[in-house]
Amino acid sequence: MRINSFFYTIGQGFKNLGRNKWYTLASIATISACLFLFGLFYAIITNFQHVVKTAEEGVSVTVFFNEGTTEDQILAVKSDLENRAEVREIVYVSAEEAWEGFKEQYLGDYSDGFTENPLADSANLQIYLSDVSLQPALVTYAESISVVRSVNRSEVTATTLSGVNKLIAYVSGGIIVILLLVSIFLISNTVTMGISVRKDEINIMKYIGATDFFVRAPFVVEGILIGIFGSIIPLVIVYFVYTKAIEYVASKFTMLSSLLNFLPVEVVYNKLIPISLALGIGIGFFGSFTTVRKHLHV
Amino acid sequence: MERGYRRKRINRQIPEDEVITLENVTKSYSTGAPALNGVTLHIKRGEFVFIVGDSGSGKSTLIKLLLRELVPTDGEITVLGYNLRRIKHSKIPKFRRNLGIVFQDFRLLKDRNVYENVAFAQRIVQTPSREIKRNVPSILATVNLAGKYKSKINQLSGGEQQRVALARALVNRPAILLADEPTGNLDPNNSWEIMKLMEQINENGTTVIVVTHNREIVNAMKKRVITMKKGVIIEDEEEGMYIDED
Repeated sequence: MRINSFFYTIGQGFKNLGRNKWYTLASIATISACLFLFGLFYAIITNFQHVVKTAEEGVSVTVFFNEGTTEDQILAVKSDLENRAEVREIVYVSAEEAWEGFKEQYLGDYSDGFTENPLADSANLQIYLSDVSLQPALVTYAESISVVRSVNRSEVTATTLSGVNKLIAYVSGGIIVILLLVSIFLISNTVTMGISVRKDEINIMKYIGATDFFVRAPFVVEGILIGIFGSIIPLVIVYFVYTKAIEYVASKFTMLSSLLNFLPVEVVYNKLIPISLALGIGIGFFGSFTTVRKHLHV
Repeated sequence: MERGYRRKRINRQIPEDEVITLENVTKSYSTGAPALNGVTLHIKRGEFVFIVGDSGSGKSTLIKLLLRELVPTDGEITVLGYNLRRIKHSKIPKFRRNLGIVFQDFRLLKDRNVYENVAFAQRIVQTPSREIKRNVPSILATVNLAGKYKSKINQLSGGEQQRVALARALVNRPAILLADEPTGNLDPNNSWEIMKLMEQINENGTTVIVVTHNREIVNAMKKRVITMKKGVIIEDEEEGMYIDED
């Protein structure tokens, strides 16, 4: 392709937007509406996942050791466990630290009567998990270590959080697929209508001797541009809606905002921008590419 | 002239000056009688040919076959050395660049002006911008539209619109000009103007094939006339006349 033909094709793609104002607006509006819903849903799901993740981070497994286990042995177990995929962080709590913690939490001034540490064999490892669903595997492993006396864990919390996580994944996956299918259906209809109106132009191009590529290229450029506009508009709207919603919840529902730790808009947009642009451009590209193909056999 | 394909299935040797060859061409659609039935036709370079006949005689099918919009059910078609039965889909654009086509309904791009409509044909064949700027005004002058290059299509009369279509068909210097009822939507004056332009183009060496119902023009111009009826050629005469079959 000659360089001037390349720029001509790009230029025609831009000009087509103005030549078919109503079709352009309808297509942009359809893509925007679909991606707005997608963006909104994505922001809600991401925050929900964040809340669950925060809760997960608090879940720990505590490993206690047999009487007479030395600190070196415990530290060896610690470094062994740290190599496992289920483990995010391990905190070693010595017998003294365990007793201090117990005194502080439950006894206060009544602890003065104790001359020796009653929790002398309570040195333990508090293990925080990278994924709560992996808790059973870690517990089984820890229980198999010879110096380990017992492993304390919260089965219910882990199961519930892991269940909630799975549910969110399934529901969000399902809704996103449905949204995408609806978007593709609506957008391909709009693109089909817009291109069918210009069937004559495609026919003329073919009669004159245009290659399929040359016929298709301006429509594809147009489709991509519509996709870009169609994804930028909802990104801007969702940005304002999201920021305002966080501000509103923070000011009106103070108690709720301490429970729900909203993600900053930048964190949500780190992924939402590329996803929305890819979806908009992808839909615009494939919509125009496949629709023009139907009219190429002249 | 490009010769992309060998003429394997045509037994007779095609003379060098023959630009269109049809040998026993039949075109059938899924229902009804064949639109073309065993048509054999030879057209030489530089000829001016009228194709006449009633509706349903097969004229439009013939034009579509020559444009390679349709493929014959049987027989062979060779245009400018291209065997249209065997031509690859990817080679069709290159083949069509040798043809100029004019339709009854003009088929202009209404959202572009006169200049852009003609330049469009050059853009498609990837002519450099410098040449487009030189060629388009020149061809517009040939069809007497030099002063209207900025006009929008809907500001033009029917005759002017057909002249724009003619300019668009000619700007790429085709070897063959195919015109399908070019005067069908025009008054007698504009019809004559278009036909005179086509005659002038023919005198410059372009082969011109005109499908028409216009008896007065056909009879006055004294050109080769091919008369079709029910998918077959019933008359083919130099300086022929439009015979009323009824």
